[in-house]
Amino acid sequence: MKRVSTTVVAGGILLVALLLAGFVSFYASSSPDGLESVADEKGFIDTAGDHATGDGPLADYDAGLDSERASVGVAGVVGVLVVLCLGTGLTYVVRRRTPGTEIQRDSAITSA
Amino acid sequence: MHVPDGFFDAPTSVVTGVVAAAAVGVSLRKARNELDDRTAPLVGLVAAFVFAAQMLNFPVVSGTSGHLMGGAIAAVLVGPWTGVLCVSTVLLVQGLLFADGGITALGTNVVLMAVTTVVVGWAVFRGLQVVLPKNTAMVPVCAAVGAFVSVPVASLVFVGLYAVGGTADISIGGLATAMVGVHTLIGIGEAAITFLAVGSILAVRPDLVYGARRVIEQRELVIRSSTTEVSA
Repeated sequence: MKRVSTTVVAGGILLVALLLAGFVSFYASSSPDGLESVADEKGFIDTAGDHATGDGPLADYDAGLDSERASVGVAGVVGVLVVLCLGTGLTYVVRRRTPGTEIQRDSAITSA
Repeated sequence: MHVPDGFFDAPTSVVTGVVAAAAVGVSLRKARNELDDRTAPLVGLVAAFVFAAQMLNFPVVSGTSGHLMGGAIAAVLVGPWTGVLCVSTVLLVQGLLFADGGITALGTNVVLMAVTTVVVGWAVFRGLQVVLPKNTAMVPVCAAVGAFVSVPVASLVFVGLYAVGGTADISIGGLATAMVGVHTLIGIGEAAITFLAVGSILAVRPDLVYGARRVIEQRELVIRSSTTEVSA
């Protein structure tokens, strides 16, 4: 069987993430989530304070554009890219801390 | 389940913050054993996928929705230690950029959604892998069951924290019933998304799925023996 390259898999995951955050997110349920709903029912939802970054440009996944669809979509795409950069950078830092231990690392995985 | 500022008193928020920082610190050390040249490029992408999927609230019961937490997905795809880092990254960006989850509650949210769901999701996944047939087709099934269990357990941890440091004086028993009830339903969605995501990558490149490595090693042995039989 033809082996799908890692680049294709990576591109596929990125494409799906961008589509979900940039397009499908518009159709997400706007009902309160499980915790909010329970907090409302039990009467402690009002103990939630104002968010410190609640006035930020992307607060509540709203980029502040005229179109609601574009607003949530832009916020979603920005979020995906920021998380991707942070996650990838973090991986680089984690792996860089142990230069030259490639063989040890592989044997550690096999024996784990 | 993003906890806003104000649900917990200051001491509880400080303690969960310290626990979260310790968990992330240990994960930073341990994650390097999980990452090799094949899987490392996928870590940022798995985190990005979890972020995207968390935006997709699905309805569970009338007037209530739920969304993916992602601990089980991340743990099975890139390994549990790396999984903690993935979900923590998502929570950090959500709290700072999107006002989703309080800043003072970041530690609480990491404990609930990064640490608890990864630990429970991975433990159930590994436990099932040991007792169920060792083939790759079982990997998404085990991952889905781990995902399903992780959500109500995370809601129970919230209740436990609330009993210690919640700012409202409410019945803890009633809170537990309500939280576990709705989060068991949300767990079904978590299981479905986890099954699809893990199953999709497994179908094209099983070697890229961290949780499938042990199974693949065993399967390769089986293929060799059967090839010998055919050629003989």
